[in-house]
Amino acid sequence: MITVTINNKVLKAKEEQTILQIATDNGIYIPTLCHMDGIHDTYSCRICVVEVEGARTLIPSCASKATDGMVINTASDSVLSARRNIINLLLSNGEHNCLACEKSGECSLQKIAYELGIETPAFIMESMDKATVDDSSVMIVRDNRRCILCRRCVTACNDIACNDVLSVGFRGSETTIICDNNIAMGESTCVQCGQCVQACPVGALTNRKSIGKARSWETTHVRTTCAYCGVGCQLDLHMKGDEIVKVTGVEDALPNKGRLCVKGRYGYDFIYSGERLTSPLIKENGIFRKASWDEALDLVASKFKAIIEKDGPDAVGGISCARSINEDSYQMQKLFRAAFKSANIDHCARVCHAPTVAGLITSFGTGGMTNSIGEMANTNMLFVIGSNMTEAHPVAATFVKNGKRNGAKLIVVDPRRHRLADYADEFAQIKVGSDVAFLNGLMNVLITEDLYDKEFVENCCDNWDALKEKVLEYPPKRVSEISGVSEEQIIKIARMLAENKPGMAMYTLGITEHTCGTNNVMSVANLQMVLGNIGKENAGVNPLRGQNNVQGACDMGALPNVYHGYQQVTDPAAKAKFEKAWGVEGLPDKNGLMIPDMISGLKTKEVKGLYIFGENIVGTEPDISHVIECLEAAEFIVCNDIFETETTQYADVVLPAAAWSEDEGTFTNCERRVSLVRKVKDAPGLAMPNWWIFKQIAKRFGQNWEANSGQEIWDNEIAPLAPFFEGITFKKIQGDGIQWPCNCIESPGTQILHLDGNFTRGKGHLMALDWTPPAEVPDTEYPFTLSTGRRLYHYHTRTQTGRAQGLNELLPEEYADISVEDAERLGIEHNEMIIVKSRRGTVTVKAQVSDRIPEGLVWMAMHYFENNCNWLTGRATDTITKTPEYKACAVAIEKIS
Amino acid sequence: MNRNASGCMKKDGKDHLVEEIIARHKNSNGALIPVLHEVQDLYGYLPAEAQAKVAKEMNVPISEVFGVISFYSHFALKPKGKFKISICMGTACYVKGAGPILDKLKENLAIGIGETTADGQFTLEECRCLGACGLAPVLTVNGKVYGRLTKDDVTGIIDDCKRDEEEIVQ
Repeated sequence: MITVTINNKVLKAKEEQTILQIATDNGIYIPTLCHMDGIHDTYSCRICVVEVEGARTLIPSCASKATDGMVINTASDSVLSARRNIINLLLSNGEHNCLACEKSGECSLQKIAYELGIETPAFIMESMDKATVDDSSVMIVRDNRRCILCRRCVTACNDIACNDVLSVGFRGSETTIICDNNIAMGESTCVQCGQCVQACPVGALTNRKSIGKARSWETTHVRTTCAYCGVGCQLDLHMKGDEIVKVTGVEDALPNKGRLCVKGRYGYDFIYSGERLTSPLIKENGIFRKASWDEALDLVASKFKAIIEKDGPDAVGGISCARSINEDSYQMQKLFRAAFKSANIDHCARVCHAPTVAGLITSFGTGGMTNSIGEMANTNMLFVIGSNMTEAHPVAATFVKNGKRNGAKLIVVDPRRHRLADYADEFAQIKVGSDVAFLNGLMNVLITEDLYDKEFVENCCDNWDALKEKVLEYPPKRVSEISGVSEEQIIKIARMLAENKPGMAMYTLGITEHTCGTNNVMSVANLQMVLGNIGKENAGVNPLRGQNNVQGACDMGALPNVYHGYQQVTDPAAKAKFEKAWGVEGLPDKNGLMIPDMISGLKTKEVKGLYIFGENIVGTEPDISHVIECLEAAEFIVCNDIFETETTQYADVVLPAAAWSEDEGTFTNCERRVSLVRKVKDAPGLAMPNWWIFKQIAKRFGQNWEANSGQEIWDNEIAPLAPFFEGITFKKIQGDGIQWPCNCIESPGTQILHLDGNFTRGKGHLMALDWTPPAEVPDTEYPFTLSTGRRLYHYHTRTQTGRAQGLNELLPEEYADISVEDAERLGIEHNEMIIVKSRRGTVTVKAQVSDRIPEGLVWMAMHYFENNCNWLTGRATDTITKTPEYKACAVAIEKIS
Repeated sequence: MNRNASGCMKKDGKDHLVEEIIARHKNSNGALIPVLHEVQDLYGYLPAEAQAKVAKEMNVPISEVFGVISFYSHFALKPKGKFKISICMGTACYVKGAGPILDKLKENLAIGIGETTADGQFTLEECRCLGACGLAPVLTVNGKVYGRLTKDDVTGIIDDCKRDEEEIVQ
């Protein structure tokens, strides 16, 4: 500890603290412009100067560490004079018109000028070139006339988001902020995450969508959780009345620490769309008509009753929604189990991370991310396999890039040289579907070179001998032949993994969406156990979940084999527990149907009635023609949704639901963090919360469910009925959310699973696994492999992002990405329309020729219906979880002659 | 923009030479500036494609490459003329009448400072002290010094250049 005197106050401070930090900690105000605590090192604005006794000049408090005995004055005459001079110069340089500025009321320059009593700029700088406005970007307006060159935007872009677009160009009085090599922002590599806008202390960077919507003092702030991917970013909604006028990241909040991506920051306005469903709809003679809630709910209940009476409860199926709140999924599975007595409840984890849940439960005993997103910035090794993070989980990717810059090694394994590979120490471009072989190859080197963690494997894991025997069948030479990665690189990566610990493994759907998806997951688990990278900080197996609440929908038991909190339906004790809690008898005690079987069952008449909640399965399931055929064969379909979709048109009844921000509840992110989603407006028209809809149907089955809000459902049912969630209450998660397991009210939750190698299942299970090729491999007729996924600017079938202003402009159509080699051979130009066809279908789509794609691969997404990749994908599934093999099928591509 | 499939970089005949320059400097600290020097020697200036190539090969953000290029006056973003006329605007030259000489150069060549004539022959630049104050005011043409000038000398100097060019052509 040291002692310093600031403004005659004697203060104790820690060594190594800056004067600014000490002042801030003690409530002494020092103005700042360029300062970003803990991040910046530019010290460019000098507004924070203070007078230090004995010092020759005024010194910047943000850059100067205090020393013992220092006597500081933060507001002496010379300090104030210097500040006035700086502000006068800044005001004189440029055009700072507070009347028209979006930032007025929260502008640092305006605030400091006011504090210093400056009314008009003191100097006239007519000789300066006039700065200009860059209006080229869809989301961001750069008004350089208001720029004070503090460089916070440059720091945000390069050191926080690590997108490396902004920099400082030219020099002297011509210094300006540039995008790439001084091109317009809209034409640059900017991905429009808006982190620079959030960092700008003045009105030089503004969100186009917010312009003219509200003055800062008219807005109120509501913290909530993002409606997009599974990172679960915390948003600050700036509200004027019931309109969201701007979104910023909540600074210092977990998990995102103030960061957002383009969808999180700008994809909010879909809830205000005029296309929202506002009334229950009943189909008559092929045409929807409006109906009252009673009429629609009576019809749904009577139809399901009739089907169940005639064909039994197995003849109905339900698909829950991974975008909606936990409380909705809980109610839906309760409706199916308690009211319908049907075991057939599932949701879209089936098409993405079901292998994660199954695989990690087998390997570790718990089917969730073992560690936390923030640890990615602090680890020594980042092993990213089958994950296009910069597009699918952009905010998680920022922590990976931070980690790399903080000194970690980054290894990227993927068939595509996607953006994250640009930052990698090693990029292994594996062949599609060769993951198990590749991972076995790495373990082979670790074992043969004696680089594995013997102690961990011996003490904390079982089945070591079988694993060892199996991976010894995969020497680098054989793995190289299967995966296309050179022997040297396999050895190099294995050694790098052994030398840099602890290390985190991250994966996404490149691992799970294969016929061997669950095996892929267990292989990643094997590798991390062999390295001893489990049960400690900055380590673990970290699947990044796709939908905002897909972790939650799994946790809530919207799966055919478990109640919420992963309590097995086949366990008589669990059955008895829920029969007692729900006041019912005869809960189904067998595993129900998974989504692919529910859909196919419609055609075989095994399933008669299907309840689809917030899923556009026509666009998202593989083989669209097959899905449509099955839906057309159904006896009765009901959909809860917020919009009409390609799927609702096959429904007999459509029920209008409250959207994100129209109901209060919780989302669970991929690091198991249960965070609050708050209500800021009423649902439009007659639309109602989904939990309410399920409750009303249950009522028509003679069940009176008491809980009457998201909070009541969570606090009174979800938490008390599952040990994982017992200690989580709405009251406890008003700020940062809590990570399950949290089994008592005193528990702060669990950041790291399987701590010190104490696995949930006892010992970690090493699984001896063989590589199997994809179900459909290229042949002479269909010589290309098609792999699919999603892109940055849209989310799945665009039901939300397609209605958020600007996102369609950023990604206006579907593309097929092909390699330079294939394009040259087939004479295909960049942006030329081509035909892509498989055994299931044919689409016409624009080709994007890219050196990021290897020869023989075609890569497409599922955003636009007409040329959605799922017209082409096949129905082969993971042998254990029936997750479709979206990442590999055989296609042909043709020029349009 | 679609950064994961945004088309490919255009290639030109000098691509492999740029790669060779980068390979030679890759393992040294602060390699960017020496690389840019050599690449500029190759093209005569630093075209956008060359900036992109350097950024990609050196794994440096292109914004940083441009930041360096635009900071140092030695680097050029536009092609330079065959004859580079640099007039000294240092104190001594300025006092001894560099201003009117510069005005005359601008008038004769019909270009401003930092610009190049449409035929690619002349680039006009100003510079600071050349250490030849005794000869003030001075200018240089491709490094050759002309001193004790008046504005009436300007036409002659430009004609000299044009004559040199003709001789070379013949």
